[in-house]
Amino acid sequence: MHLNYSVKARDFTSAGSVSSAIKKVLKQLNIPPADIKRIIVALYEAEVNIVAHSYGGTIECELSHDRIELTISDEGPGISDLTMAMTEGYSTATEEVREMGFGAGMGLSNIKKNSDVLAIDTAADSPTIIHMTFNLKQGG
Amino acid sequence: MTLREIVEIVDGKVLCGENDLDRNVLNGFSSDLMSDVLTLLDEDILLITGLSNNQAIRTAEMSDIKQILFVRNKKPNKTMITMAIEHDITIITTTYSMFKASGLLYGAGLSAIY
Ligand SMILES: Nc1ncnc2c1ncn2[C@@H]1O[C@H](COP(=O)(O)OP(=O)(O)OP(=O)(O)O)[C@@H](O)[C@H]1O
Ligand SMILES: [Mg+2]
Repeated sequence: MHLNYSVKARDFTSAGSVSSAIKKVLKQLNIPPADIKRIIVALYEAEVNIVAHSYGGTIECELSHDRIELTISDEGPGISDLTMAMTEGYSTATEEVREMGFGAGMGLSNIKKNSDVLAIDTAADSPTIIHMTFNLKQGG
Repeated sequence: MTLREIVEIVDGKVLCGENDLDRNVLNGFSSDLMSDVLTLLDEDILLITGLSNNQAIRTAEMSDIKQILFVRNKKPNKTMITMAIEHDITIITTTYSMFKASGLLYGAGLSAIY
């Protein structure tokens, strides 16, 4: 199964709606709750990052019986120092983002902890493409 | 501790989820930082927050948290209440500060996660 969504920059009213839609699908497929939780927490963090830090982007979800792959892409501005960005507590979030309850600098490390394989392709003035793989313990 | 007891302790108002007030909750977690909440592995949690926007409800939804206490008279709007009802989340509000609400609930036996 393949799902495709777009995510608007700065739209904090609907931020999380894609994660919510995908969570519904995973529940319907009877994926174990512990897997749903880690997949959705990682996805929601990435979705909020598109809203908070990028010019907008897309979320793709590829489901097979033993694995879920998520590709979260945006149109930039990219991350110049990824090691720094992955550090817990590091954040460039604006005041507006902080008022929305984000900007703790925990998102990327949350994503890393919850995914089985994580690949991030980014650079200054470039798109950011995050690819996450989740291996499912039981067939979904 | 039941949600009903929580409401009594913080002199709270229930905005939605009235039918679930007999539900038991083991832990409390106070934060305005949603990514902090998203690190929690436990789900048996009362989220105590002063952050009153859609993302507070979304964060509870994504973390499978079923009850939120909004402190300092933060009033959730209609959209937030609709979202909460859709995901069976009980919303309680109190005029007490986060410090006072957390202190009273901890004193009454609601556990801390860390
Ligand atoms: N998609 C993105 N595009 C550009 N920069 C990003 C993107 N995602 C993250 N960043 C950069 O990496 C930093 C760290 O991201 P991370 O998600 O860990 O924390 P945060 O979003 O600032 O706060 P939190 O996620 O805890 O609410 C961000 O502050 C931002 O500078
Ligand atoms: Mg983030």
